[in-house]
Order: sequence, then structure tokens, then C-alpha cells
Amino acid sequence: MELWRSAANPWGQEVLVGISWDLMWAAVIGGLVFVAAHAVWAKWIMPAASGDSGGGSSIAGLPAQVLRHAMSERVFHWGMSAAMLVLLVTAFAPVMGIQFAWVTIHWVAGIFLTVMIAYHMVHATFFQDFWAMWVEGKDIKAGIAEIKHMIGRNGTEVPKAAKYPIDHKMFHHGAAVSGLAAIVTGIFMMLRLETPFWTANPYMLSDSAWGVMYVVHGVSGVALIALVITHIYFAIRPDKWWITKSMIYGTISSEKYVENHDPSRWAIAGVSSPEEEPVLAGVGASASSEPAAEGGLGDAGDSGSEAGPVAGADESSSDDSDDEWASEVGGSD
Amino acid sequence: MAIIRDMIPAFELFQPTSADDAIELLVRYDGDGWVLGGGMDSFDWWKERIKRPTAVVDLVNVASLQGISVTADGVEIGAMTTLTEVATHPELVANYSVLTEAASQIATPQIRNRGTLAGNLAQDTRCWYYRGGWPCYRAGGNTCYASAPTAMNREHAILGTNRCVAVSPSDTAPALIALDAQFVIQGPSGERVVDAEDFFMGPAKDIERMTVLDSDELLTTIRIPSTWAGASFYYEKVEDRKAWDFALMTVATAARLSGGVIEDIRIAVNGAAPVPLRLEASERIVRGQAASEQTGMQAGEAAIQGAQALRHNDYKIPLMRNLVRRAIRGTEA
Repeated sequence: MELWRSAANPWGQEVLVGISWDLMWAAVIGGLVFVAAHAVWAKWIMPAASGDSGGGSSIAGLPAQVLRHAMSERVFHWGMSAAMLVLLVTAFAPVMGIQFAWVTIHWVAGIFLTVMIAYHMVHATFFQDFWAMWVEGKDIKAGIAEIKHMIGRNGTEVPKAAKYPIDHKMFHHGAAVSGLAAIVTGIFMMLRLETPFWTANPYMLSDSAWGVMYVVHGVSGVALIALVITHIYFAIRPDKWWITKSMIYGTISSEKYVENHDPSRWAIAGVSSPEEEPVLAGVGASASSEPAAEGGLGDAGDSGSEAGPVAGADESSSDDSDDEWASEVGGSD
Repeated sequence: MAIIRDMIPAFELFQPTSADDAIELLVRYDGDGWVLGGGMDSFDWWKERIKRPTAVVDLVNVASLQGISVTADGVEIGAMTTLTEVATHPELVANYSVLTEAASQIATPQIRNRGTLAGNLAQDTRCWYYRGGWPCYRAGGNTCYASAPTAMNREHAILGTNRCVAVSPSDTAPALIALDAQFVIQGPSGERVVDAEDFFMGPAKDIERMTVLDSDELLTTIRIPSTWAGASFYYEKVEDRKAWDFALMTVATAARLSGGVIEDIRIAVNGAAPVPLRLEASERIVRGQAASEQTGMQAGEAAIQGAQALRHNDYKIPLMRNLVRRAIRGTEA
């Protein structure tokens, strides 16, 4: 398997021209193998729940529905997802032999993604809790404990997560690095195309510099293939639906909050946070061992119905009011 | 420029006697096989050692690909029929003279005696940066040397470019588009039929290909329907000298006139874009109009909409406009 393609330019210099398309297949196969392996592990090998629900079943004053993602975050997430899928399909489907006029669609989707990411960076930095995605020492300890639990050391106690568990944070950072690398190199590559905004200029960089641009763009792209495959897999797993639904409706149930999150690390405003020893999750760091039919969404829906005005009213509220409500309950990062 | 050498690198030579056998060989060599027709394009590539196929599948002994037959619905021309046969066949001369005129103006008598109709249609572009072995987009690289500010691009495209600005060199393509011909393609999974204008593939779809032919497919037959038999035809080829030269631009039309009014028409141009163009906008303008200078001017103006010249080919814009005008007017100026 080759990693990159190179060729002799008109001056006889050997220069990079792009990644080897073998890497695309490696990313597709790698992503699918990981998904299959995890599915097998989750179905037949995953350790049983310890039965320790940890942290108690309720917290005084906790609303039935806890806001996890404000409207602005959800719109960003789905907009970015659509752009990312369009970019991956337009980039790699032609390589796989599906021919269509992909170039214009690709760069238009790239511009859309760039605008979305720029908005997210400003929004997350200045209007949200920037450090919510930061990997802390407690996250690393929780991650190690979860790995030990996954490999069968059932006695390992897994601390509950902050708003975002370590695996979510690591995925975010992987996608951020790959996405930003693809965007920066993509903007340079766009300068070589004729667009309504400028005249193409393929000669602003040397052949070798362009080669590096293409390789970085390609590596980022194939990394995103693997990341997107695994992300979609976890999003559609029944035991993760409660998280996926929170990206649609914005909220999680109070039960899921109690089961999976450490109130001292993700405090809900107006709710007393028990300051005590690290709170332990019942089964690993997430509720993944809980059968879907029993937990998560069904419970959340029921709870939501019971909560009535608290959660239901905010589902239909505007972004601003969502944020406002989020700050009231401490749910917006 | 590359240096032409006497020795051609070694390859396995196969001379199958049926199209099925030829396709089986192409499947076996999976992209490393080369279809040899008359060899007019192939030998340049091999002698310059830019293309180095593992196996060459010579179609000279495939009888089913030879000859011209008159059918109930027009004419069928075998892919390996020589250009001389096409140019002199009585039925074609009598009823489809736009094709015989195009074929008779290709290169030299010697080349027309060896060159085949399918070879003329499927031949590679003559862009010398590409044929010189430079790592341009079409050769799998990441730049277009022909669109550089200092490039020699007098023969290149003014319309429909997408990173690559090379044009199709086929003289017979516009004539067959004007005749509404269909191309029969045979591959390992059977036969498919495409319209003449859909046979060619532009760089927006796949920058490394000239046609829709996959590496394991053969163009077997060109079918000309009787729809335009005996119509009013016009063909004009503009070249730097009147023999043995590739066209700068060609125009072909097939029209039905009644009392000097154009009832129906098909107009095609080659040399203006990476693929032979059917000028549907111009056709719409002239239908129902008198075949006059004024109608020709309108059609010519419509034809060049969106044209964008490179440094040395701005002459192609008025050339295209005037060729279309003259084709509508039906007589050379």
C-alpha cells in the first residue's frame, strides 16, 4: 500500500501530488472494522453492569428535562454534519468510480462548512464555556477506568463524566484537527479554481508546497472518513439514542443526568450539587449497558411529559430563549 | 518536450478474434490493458514511454467490429472501420455527407487508411503539456500547465473548462452528434448504448478520462439513425494548414429546411471545450427562423455565451461565433 503519490515536475524535481487513494480504502475498511468489532464486543463480550447506580436516583430541585444542547448548538451540529457528508461524498465517490460533476458542489459545501466552523469557534470561545471540551485529569482517569472496565475488570469503578465524557472530547478534538486542516488547505486549493469571487491562480505556491497542501488535505479527508463512520455508528446505537436525541430535542432526562453525569462537574443552576467523593457510574462512564427499551428515551419522554412546562416549553422556544433557559439550569456550555 | 525513442517498452500482445475475448483480456489486465485500433494515437504514447501498458489488445482480427451496414433504421458502422471506408461509403456519401466530409478531412490518406472511426472518437487529447508527460491534472497530478500565464495554449478550450483546458481532437465527433448517432459499448456486464454527445466525459466529472469507456469496455458500433438522412448538412474544419493537422475548431450541422425556414436542426462544435459540444441554445434560437445571416448572428452570439479565453486563444471566441453563423447561413464566407 502506498501512502502518497509523487511525480517529476517540468524541472525534473520529484514533488508530491497527493495522497494515495489506498488510504481512502484503508480509512473506510478501518472504520468499518472498528464498528464491527465494537458491535460484537457490545453484544457478546461487554462486562455486565455492576449494579451500582452511584450518585443516587434523584437530586433535589433537578428539572425533569436537563438542557444539553441549546438550539444554536443543534443547528450548528446538523448544518456542519450535512456539509461534512456532502464534502466526503463529493471528494471520495468519484474516486470510487461514481462519476458526477463534483468540484463546484465540493467547494460550495466547503465554504458553508468554513462559515459554520468560524461561527462555532467564536460562539464556543466567547459565548459558551470554552473549557467544557477541555480534557482534564479527571477525564483521563475516567478514561483509563473505562478502558479497564471494558477489558473485563468489572470491579473497576468508573467516575461519572462532566457534561462531555472523555470519548466525546477526544472525538471532538480529532474532528477539529482534521476539519481545520482540511479547511485551511481547502481554502488554498480553492484559489486554484475559477470561481465567481476570484480568478484562478494555480501558481501562487511552488509545486512542492502545493503537493504538501494536497497531501494534508487528503490525509485530513481520509481521517474524517473514519471519524464520521464511527460517529454515525455510535449515534445510531440504541444505547446512545438518549445522547443522539439530545442533539435533536436539546434535552436529556433527569434520570440520564443522574446516571451518567457528575453534578459537581456539570452543575445545573439552582440545583444543589453534592460536594463529595467522585461519583461513580453504574456501568462504565456511560449508560451504555442499559437496554434501550428500558431506559433513555422512553424514560426521558415520560419524564418530559410529567415535567410539562419546564422542558416542553423550552423545546419550542427560540435560540436566545433556549440559551437563557440553559443558563438558568446550567445546561449550556 | 519528451524525446521520441525508437524502442517501445515491451508488452504482451493479444490479437483476439471476438469482442468477448477482447473484453475478457481487458478484465484480466484490470486497467493495465490497452485497446489498439489503428494505432495512430497509441504509438506516440508508447514511443514516448509515457504510457506503458502491460498488455495490448489489438482488435485488428475482430471481424464483428469491421464494416458498414445499412439497416432498416439507418446505418451501423463497426468501430474498427477505417476512416477511408467511412469517407467513401456510397450510402454515407449519399445521405450522411456531414460524416464523410468530416472523415475525409482528417490528417492524411495514409492515416485515414489505418485510423479507425472509434480511434478518432476515443483518441486522447493533444495538449502537449499532458502528452509531454508532465504531471498535470489529467495525468493524475494537481496542476494545469496549459492554463499558466506563460503557457502556450492557442489550441485549448474557451468553454466548459474545469481545471483542465485540453480539448477533444476528434473531427468526426461533431458530425456524429449532429446526426444524433448512438454509440454501442460492450463490457463484461453486457452492452449499453449512449448518445454521441454523452460519450465524451469532461474534466468536471473525471479529469483523467476523455470518454465514458471503462478500462474493460469497447466501443463496438456507431449507429446513425435515418432521422437525418438526406438532410441539409454543413461541416467546416478550421486548421492551421489545409492538410495533416488537428483542428483548431470544427462545426457540424444537420438541418431540415422548408422554404428557407429551419424546421429542425442539430449543431455541434469541437475544439471549443474539453468535450464536443452540442449547441442547444443556438438550436432553439434558429428553429422556425429563416436560414439567414441575421439568424446565424444570433445563433453565433448564443454559442459563445460564457466563453473565457486563455492568454493565446482569444481568437477562438470570434472563430466559434463565425463558424456557427456560417453553418446557419449554410455557406462559407
